[in-house]
Amino acid sequence: MSDVKKFMYLNRRAPYGAIYAWESLEVVLIGAAFDQEVSLMFVDDGVYQLVKGSDTSESDMKNFMPTYRTLGDYGVRHMFVDKASLEARGLTQDDLIEVAWEDWETEEEVDNIVELVETDQAAQLLSDSDVVFSF
Amino acid sequence: MADLYTVNKSPFEKNSLKDAIRFSGEGASILLIEDGVYGAVSGTAAEGLVTGASGKKFYALRSDVKARGIAEDRLIDGVELVDYAGFVDLVESTDKVQAWL
Repeated sequence: MSDVKKFMYLNRRAPYGAIYAWESLEVVLIGAAFDQEVSLMFVDDGVYQLVKGSDTSESDMKNFMPTYRTLGDYGVRHMFVDKASLEARGLTQDDLIEVAWEDWETEEEVDNIVELVETDQAAQLLSDSDVVFSF
Repeated sequence: MADLYTVNKSPFEKNSLKDAIRFSGEGASILLIEDGVYGAVSGTAAEGLVTGASGKKFYALRSDVKARGIAEDRLIDGVELVDYAGFVDLVESTDKVQAWL
């Protein structure tokens, strides 16, 4: 299909201190319904959105971390994480959630679509996208 | 007595923590809340702000630490976790509150 566009969602904010992460997630879920090629990029404090072990039981906030794990089921094909941002925060891929993806028609499966990228790779991915949404 | 400084922004995004430390006096209490708790984590590029500050006592709000998936053993040595009641105790035991946003 020639009218499939590459959508990139660029996430640069931590998950709970502001509404950006939650809003981004909502827009991704809506956009994914339109059969476009959807990728997410996590840069700067955005990498905190994927840190596992979130417990909001004492905070009166909704824990929306489980929603990220379902993104593969909504057709999100790639979740890229800027390695430099992760390292600056003392984190490694082991600290991040895993998100599985499966193509229902071809039965192609990927165990984890969360992928660390170098800054120049990230720059290229953003450049190659048709649309970039920033949050 | 000295003041209580609250910091609610990530040290990677804003200078709030750096400035709260810079403009706070000897004996100040600095309480990290909301995204400010990222400043209490060891092994990050920002940990020097807290480890390099002398004569100040640092606290972090437990519920915000937990919500962000930060394990307690990753906090910088000397940072004390407080709950909401502990927050109130700090407000009560200091001269006044300065919120650094």
